Amino acid sequence: MVSVEVERLVVHNPMGYPPKVPPKPMAPRLDTLDGKTIFLVDCRFDDADLLLQQLQSWFAQNLPNVNTRLVQLSSVYTKDDPELWTRIKSEGHAAIVGVGH
Amino acid sequence: MTIESQYQVPTVALHTNVFERVVRSVARFNGMPGMRTAFVPQPVMGKTAAELRSYVHGTDPVTGRPVVQEIVEGLTRPFRDNELQKTVYERTTPRLVDPGSEDELQRLFLENHWTDMLPIVLPTEERVAAMLAGTSREPDEVVGRMRPTLFREAWEYTVEKVAVNAVMAGARPEYLPVILALAASGSTARGSTTSSAAAMAVVNGPIRHEIGMSGGIGAMGPYNHANATIGRAYGLLSQNLQGGSVPGLTYMGSQGNGYAFTNVTFAENEEASPWEPFHVSHGFPSSASTVSVFGGVRHTAFTLGVREKHWREHVQHMLLGMDPREQPLFVLDPIAARLFVERGPFATKQELEDWAHSVAQMKASEYWDYQLVQNYVYPRATFGEEPYASMLAAAPEELIPMFPREAINVVVVGGETNGYWRIFGGSYATTVSVDDWR
Repeated sequence: MVSVEVERLVVHNPMGYPPKVPPKPMAPRLDTLDGKTIFLVDCRFDDADLLLQQLQSWFAQNLPNVNTRLVQLSSVYTKDDPELWTRIKSEGHAAIVGVGH
Repeated sequence: MTIESQYQVPTVALHTNVFERVVRSVARFNGMPGMRTAFVPQPVMGKTAAELRSYVHGTDPVTGRPVVQEIVEGLTRPFRDNELQKTVYERTTPRLVDPGSEDELQRLFLENHWTDMLPIVLPTEERVAAMLAGTSREPDEVVGRMRPTLFREAWEYTVEKVAVNAVMAGARPEYLPVILALAASGSTARGSTTSSAAAMAVVNGPIRHEIGMSGGIGAMGPYNHANATIGRAYGLLSQNLQGGSVPGLTYMGSQGNGYAFTNVTFAENEEASPWEPFHVSHGFPSSASTVSVFGGVRHTAFTLGVREKHWREHVQHMLLGMDPREQPLFVLDPIAARLFVERGPFATKQELEDWAHSVAQMKASEYWDYQLVQNYVYPRATFGEEPYASMLAAAPEELIPMFPREAINVVVVGGETNGYWRIFGGSYATTVSVDDWR
């Protein structure tokens, strides 16, 4: 038997350096949706508004004590919308954002 | 995520099911692993009201539970401890991988999605050290940051990390300044976009000749070592230094893109061009060496010559065949460029760009019905952003420009074997000095 020695190579890892990820606080959940106002936020992507209209109809039929408001981002989904977030914080209790991409 | 974490509004994010892994990963790396989600089937686009109603009334394709139950519980069920991230999530990247045989390491790189699925040159310490001789910069100097999409965190990288990827691509040390400049652009060649984009890199100035790049016959590939390996290095460094380009996770291109292997990388044929070099048009002296980066490279139209009788109509048809969200990039063989000079006449390439802008028009009703216009332009128009707001006010039959003037660019490349030329879709990102990375 002749053993063949296979060369062991030392090579670099090609990946970059990820940033540290600090925790972000989550909002406390609601005790109930009854009497609350939920904003349905249309991200304006691929007919999301049409889907949210159907979701709004579901709430109207099945949870009529929940107020829903269908709103749109002020621009494309890649841009932040602090004015809308402030309005929802002031006038609403929760949000459903869609359709994510 | 902003409305939940910064504004403390209980939120559920509604997605389509093909994005499940992406959504979980993005939430985790944004410090919100417990982000509440619900999923509906893909696609939403093009579905009827009845079909979308069935989505809402149906089951979440990820969890198998009713969609509305996921939504209601997402807003009301308190968080469990394991859904909340409490400490800083530390991540590091080791400098070396565990030793192995050539075959073992080739397999490891393949399985880790560190390659473009073609064999790579293993980045041994000796090869990386030799590559680093191609620059005067220190190995631990930070070059930049990059990410596959705006929603992900940017990763950082050093000169040594760029050199590692340059070795893997088969590049030579003298190419490293161009590759470092591409890395310094911060513009990824491996975006995760569902539209399957590639990049283009156009090199100008003396470096072209110093390292043997081609702007002549076969310049766009695959016939020049520098062009091919610099473009390949751009792809590899993008996917590895930004933290990955893994299908279904950090890459969502629905169809993929063959241009992405070497990213359409070439030298502009400055000597045969009738116009000023591309980098001079962007503020650099002709003596400077630069690389200009374009993203969103997918579309290609081509033709031969610039015919005397109907050239205007021919070019206009090529432009009308593009999606209005593309950005026309004329890539002209010198023969075609000189024909444009005669036909226009276009004494400067800016005159050609002006003319292309003026003839690329379509009916407003058709323009606004494009899906990408609906996704990315219509929202900006409805909230008053110009020139889109004025375009939105146009009557349905009124002709409006398809492309912003600044979106149209011209470069010259080719070996004058014939007057073929192309219009790519290519979004100009930036021009970076190569000299700074020598």
